[in-house]
Amino acid sequence: MDAGERDIVRALEKMGIEREMAELVAEDFNVSELKAGRDELLALGIEEHYADDILKILGIEESEVKFSDIELRVNMSSLPDKIKEELKSKLRVVRRKLSREKLDSIVDRAEREYEKARVEPREAVGIVAAQSIGEPGTQMTLRTFHYAGVGAIYITLGLPRIIEIVDARKKPSTPAMKVRLTGEYASNRHKAEMLAMGIEETHIRDVAKVESSTEDMCIRVYLNERELSRRGIEEGEVIDKIKSLDMPIQEEDGKLKIYTRNNSYHELLRLEERVANMLVHGIEGIRRAIVRKSQDGEYMVYTEGSALKKISRIEGVDFSRTTTNNIAEIADVLGIEAARNAIIDEMLNTLEEQGLDVDARHVTLIADAMTVDGEVKQIGRHGLAGEKASVLSRAAFEVTVDNLLEAAIHGETDELKGVTENVIVGQPIRLGTGAVELVAKNYSELR
Amino acid sequence: MRTKRIKAIKFGLLSPTEIRKMSAGKVITADTYGEDGFPIEMGLVNQQLGVIDPGLRCKTCGGRMGECPGHFGHIELAAPVIHVGYAKLVYRILTATCRECGRVLLSEGEKRRYLEEIKQQRDKHADVNGVVKQVFKEAAKNEVCMYCGEYFSIDAEGLDDELNEKSSVGSELRERIEDRGFTVSKNALFRREIDPECLFCWSRVPDDDAEQMRLLEFLMRDFELTWVKDARISKKDDKTLVIARGKRAVEFSLSPKRDRVTLNLEDGSSYEFPVKKQGTELFVHNFRWVITDKERVYILKRVLDKLSIYCGVRQKQIKYEKPTTYKEIDDDGKERRLMPTDVRERLERIPDEDVELFGMDPKNARPEWMVLTVLPVPPVTARPSITLESGQRSEDDLTHKLVDIIRINQRFMENRDAGAPQLIIEDLWELLQYHVNTYFDNEIPGIPPARHRSGRPLKTMAQRLKGKEGRFRGSLSGKRVNFSARTVISPDPDIEIDEVGVPEEIAKELTITVNVTERNLELMRETVRRGSKNHPGANYVRRADGRKVKVTESNHETLAEELDIGWKVERHLVDGDIVLFNRQPSLHRLSIMAHYVRVMPGKTFRLNPAVCPPYNADYDGDEMNLHVLQTEEARAEAKILMEVQRNIISPRFGRPIVGGIHDYITGLFLLTMGDRKFNKEEALDILRDIDIDALGEPAGVMSDGSPYWTGKQIFSVILPPGLNLQFRGKVCERCEERGLRCEKEKCPREAYVLIRDGKLISGVIDEMAIGSFKGMIIDRIFRVRGGEAAKRFIKNASRLATNYILRAGFSFGISDEDIPREGKEQISELIEEAEQKVERLIMAYEAGELEALPGRTLEETLELLIMQELGRARDEAGEIAGKYLGIENSGVLMAKSGARGSILNLTQMAACVGQQSVRGERIMRGYQDRTLPHFKHGDRSADARGFVRSSFKDGLSPAEYFFHAIGGREALVDTAVRTSQSGYFQRRLINALQDLEVKYDGTVRETQDTVVQFTYGEDGVDPSKSVGGKSVDIDEILREEIGAST
Repeated sequence: MDAGERDIVRALEKMGIEREMAELVAEDFNVSELKAGRDELLALGIEEHYADDILKILGIEESEVKFSDIELRVNMSSLPDKIKEELKSKLRVVRRKLSREKLDSIVDRAEREYEKARVEPREAVGIVAAQSIGEPGTQMTLRTFHYAGVGAIYITLGLPRIIEIVDARKKPSTPAMKVRLTGEYASNRHKAEMLAMGIEETHIRDVAKVESSTEDMCIRVYLNERELSRRGIEEGEVIDKIKSLDMPIQEEDGKLKIYTRNNSYHELLRLEERVANMLVHGIEGIRRAIVRKSQDGEYMVYTEGSALKKISRIEGVDFSRTTTNNIAEIADVLGIEAARNAIIDEMLNTLEEQGLDVDARHVTLIADAMTVDGEVKQIGRHGLAGEKASVLSRAAFEVTVDNLLEAAIHGETDELKGVTENVIVGQPIRLGTGAVELVAKNYSELR
Repeated sequence: MRTKRIKAIKFGLLSPTEIRKMSAGKVITADTYGEDGFPIEMGLVNQQLGVIDPGLRCKTCGGRMGECPGHFGHIELAAPVIHVGYAKLVYRILTATCRECGRVLLSEGEKRRYLEEIKQQRDKHADVNGVVKQVFKEAAKNEVCMYCGEYFSIDAEGLDDELNEKSSVGSELRERIEDRGFTVSKNALFRREIDPECLFCWSRVPDDDAEQMRLLEFLMRDFELTWVKDARISKKDDKTLVIARGKRAVEFSLSPKRDRVTLNLEDGSSYEFPVKKQGTELFVHNFRWVITDKERVYILKRVLDKLSIYCGVRQKQIKYEKPTTYKEIDDDGKERRLMPTDVRERLERIPDEDVELFGMDPKNARPEWMVLTVLPVPPVTARPSITLESGQRSEDDLTHKLVDIIRINQRFMENRDAGAPQLIIEDLWELLQYHVNTYFDNEIPGIPPARHRSGRPLKTMAQRLKGKEGRFRGSLSGKRVNFSARTVISPDPDIEIDEVGVPEEIAKELTITVNVTERNLELMRETVRRGSKNHPGANYVRRADGRKVKVTESNHETLAEELDIGWKVERHLVDGDIVLFNRQPSLHRLSIMAHYVRVMPGKTFRLNPAVCPPYNADYDGDEMNLHVLQTEEARAEAKILMEVQRNIISPRFGRPIVGGIHDYITGLFLLTMGDRKFNKEEALDILRDIDIDALGEPAGVMSDGSPYWTGKQIFSVILPPGLNLQFRGKVCERCEERGLRCEKEKCPREAYVLIRDGKLISGVIDEMAIGSFKGMIIDRIFRVRGGEAAKRFIKNASRLATNYILRAGFSFGISDEDIPREGKEQISELIEEAEQKVERLIMAYEAGELEALPGRTLEETLELLIMQELGRARDEAGEIAGKYLGIENSGVLMAKSGARGSILNLTQMAACVGQQSVRGERIMRGYQDRTLPHFKHGDRSADARGFVRSSFKDGLSPAEYFFHAIGGREALVDTAVRTSQSGYFQRRLINALQDLEVKYDGTVRETQDTVVQFTYGEDGVDPSKSVGGKSVDIDEILREEIGAST
């Protein structure tokens, strides 16, 4: 509670309002707004008779325009949802200054301005979007790595990251997750850290020394007690894991011997590698997990490596708020709409991190174009540009000769609807002013 | 003018018939020009193929050079060759079809399914390659053909009866037989449905190519008479047709009743065909699939054996060797080469309906057309020869390649006719294949490229088309243009932002065609009279009959007199003409805008500095291009869409991109800072270039009693009346975010800019107010008053700024980076402290006392801490420097106002350059365990790893200089790599998205009308019409409606 709020509480208390109630009111309202009235108090969850009491004590009259009036009037307008919400919340604040006529004129004016700001039909929005993303590309840094938080996780940023997104790679060069936690896990650092420890992948080589001995043709595994206890892994877990290999095993004081079946060196070496890389604990692919406090005060886990599907089954993970930067994985686990939103988020965040201002509409268009068909498609030869209907456009982009040969075999027809095709044959393109046909009447005809 | 449009372009393979049909003449001579210097007949540049020499006429169309577009010719190949581009596909088809009967090795059901899938894909305009791939994969798996059988004879007696019986076996059999496309006739004779294709028409000698080919092909295919390939067909009498080549001949004769035709072969055997009568013409139909008794028996046996009726020819394995060789592996494991003739024969056998399974359209692309028997020869106009200075002709690469092909072709024929050994024939065949291969593509992996005499690889078909300089990208998507100019740009703050200063020299070269009418006749006369050498003159005149006359010194007077209505005059560029102005790289649409011409002396294009940001231009030698629009429509469109003032708002982020830079910002910053007082004379002097009527009431009187005006008042003069605006300037330190109160109007830094009714009440004008990319004032004026007002404001603001800065004086030099001794001492103390701290960190690390950060190695932790420490030291040094330089310092002023440079720049100049880095790390590389031999092995101290403690002003020590160069090099490399990467990135983006448009229903769709977005950007708002991305400025509405500020 800051100084201002304390003032309000004190003032309200003086006027005979209970402290608890006063605090509730003070949290959301400053003094000038408090003059507003009943609806605001009700919205705070204050009971009706209490609200009336408070108002009586404060000596406030009810204003002409009610919450419901604002709600109704704004909802009736043709404005987009986001603007409606903003308008409503701002109108609520100034409710006392409003009259019904004023409310009407404000909403009408907002509608007029919205109408004025709309795109015109036949606008080449694709080109504008491509330019808006491509043009700042020259200003972006190359090969920047950045840490998530102060921690140790590297994340590709800048132009390489944007290219990676647009390439629809199966796996980003630096996969990472931001795992949000539920309940106690989010508030208790220790619990969060235990969870992080639990998902970090641990191979046998991390907790033991693995050697091959050609002398007695076996693999020797020396367990590292310190590492084991640090990671909270039981010795038995490792031994069970090794036993699951189904190989002849001999145990002797902290040392395990695994024998090969047919005494070949080749097999011995292969086995050594296999044993060393066996996963004893954690989720495959999560190389590191670090606990950090997020801006809203909760503990969360940053991971290097990504495994969205597996993390969803971990207790304490708030899956609905957990994200990864692996878009293909999101498409796989959560579906195409989630992938589309992930593309938008990742792009906007990368651009913003570089200090570049790009309207979200351009980014949404790119994301939508990449995902129209229900699968994430690359921007380039193996995706959007390569699957275009026009032969000429494909030939002009890349792999000219192959595209022409293919087109001949399939007896394709280029209907000359796009931009490149028409440029190639030398006629006006079907976009913007080129899409509109206006024929001036002859001078003589006019007369 | 209503123009015709090409509606669609269809692609397909050329059939041999079509190649012959479109050919203007056969080419048989490998030579080009004769000794007389004229093209040789039947040669590669013969005059039937078009003309490239002046004075000659085309023998096909009669056109002269320039009129005749050129015509294709053809070469009859002595032996078929594989088309390289399709070699792989041919292989796939060979493996997927029966070696004997040519049918695709899939059951009817599978075929139906795949055909349906292909059709579905086609309807969706989607790629069929996935399905086709599946077809090839599945078909190649089948080792036995289910359509044709080996025939083995068994006793057929009694089987016929069984078939006709109404037993279950009989009906099942019948069904299955019918499934195969056979019919069961009454007496149990099965035969394929008759191929309805007409073989030839008896009423005349087959004269059209298609019919002739059909007949010959029929003989070759069904009677294995390979020699008839180039046979002559003639009529012996009205009942007998003779097909003859050399001494060999076969005859077709019509029966006396005119109801059947008999084919008499050389060996004495004969075959009969029925004749069908249609009108007066008699047709002989092509009877191909007559099922023999043997076959029938075979099928029956299989069914009766309760075995699948599918069985038959074992499919031998086929091997493909790049680029164009196919081999079949015999049962004994021996490889036998499939010659192109064999391949072609097999491909011919594939029925049309099966061809469709390969995603091919049999009407436009029969598989056998991928094996070439005739080669089209492109018109000479497509491969012009050039005459060297020596008078020698140098032929085009394609011509060279064609010469090779014809030569080998000739040799092949000669050798074959002379009965040369098979080995030699095969060698020549191989060579012919090589030349045809390289003619199509000279970069085939695995075969040596054909070379020019000089050793340079030839540029053949594929090379002509592909790549940046290729036909598609280099000559079709982009072309060289006329009516354009390019020169260096230089600044001119006195011209409007939508103007461009054009050197007179250029204005005299570039022209605009004007129709002479009664209203401009006199003006045009005057223009022509001035000739082409004097500036507002004309270069050409086009008479009413279309004849073009150059305006020369000797004829301009007479031309002016003659000039009449209906003529056209190509006049010079004059002031006010609209042109397009462009700077590369054209990364966004604002890289090309429309400007109005101002003809000026000098040799550079002049540009108002306020329009530099959209072009990303500066004046350090940048060149820009200018294009003169040639039609009224283009000029109208440029005016409506491309004028600078219409593009002040960037569509990228919805804020102005045109705006003040450098001195414009400094000037206004100085003018509006604090409460500078100006007497009337001074005020009017600053405002002298601005068109104003009144200065307004003075702010007060000075001590001497004369009235004065403040800088803010002077600035207010150029603000449109009624303008209301408030925002936080660049100098704002975001007090609220740090938990302090915003003082608003009383801000000590004057960061709160408040404009009421066109008056600047508080705040100082800086980058946030008038700068490009930010420009709040410009933004508001543009939205409320429109582009013209915004343009006027920018012009006025820049004049005001330059006038004031001229008056006040502003400079920045080396002495401006001076810091007093005490400041220097403080800085050096600070840095020394930091270096000691680094030493302590290193000691702790070496003693093993350093605690590693989570997820970090010890070494990484050390590096991180050192970097942090040194970074902090530099920043603090900068703060000290800033303190000693003071706000009045020009550098600090520029950095704070956003005019140029940053505090970091100043820090580096005045205090300390700081840590140099490579890939975000301190400099590590160099010698073993050390960066330079000046340091001890394993030295991790600040100065041994690239910390530059000196400032630029002080100068760097040799080691520091070296480290700085290392860091600088990385920056250079980075920029170079980035430009190429982002260039390609942009190209891909544009290519993928260029066809998207907003339709009338508000949806965004691509060319196939697939909806990409139901509402553009989810709210249908154009970012360039939004306020920094928001469609409605609610705060502004509320403020204006009820005076509330939120």
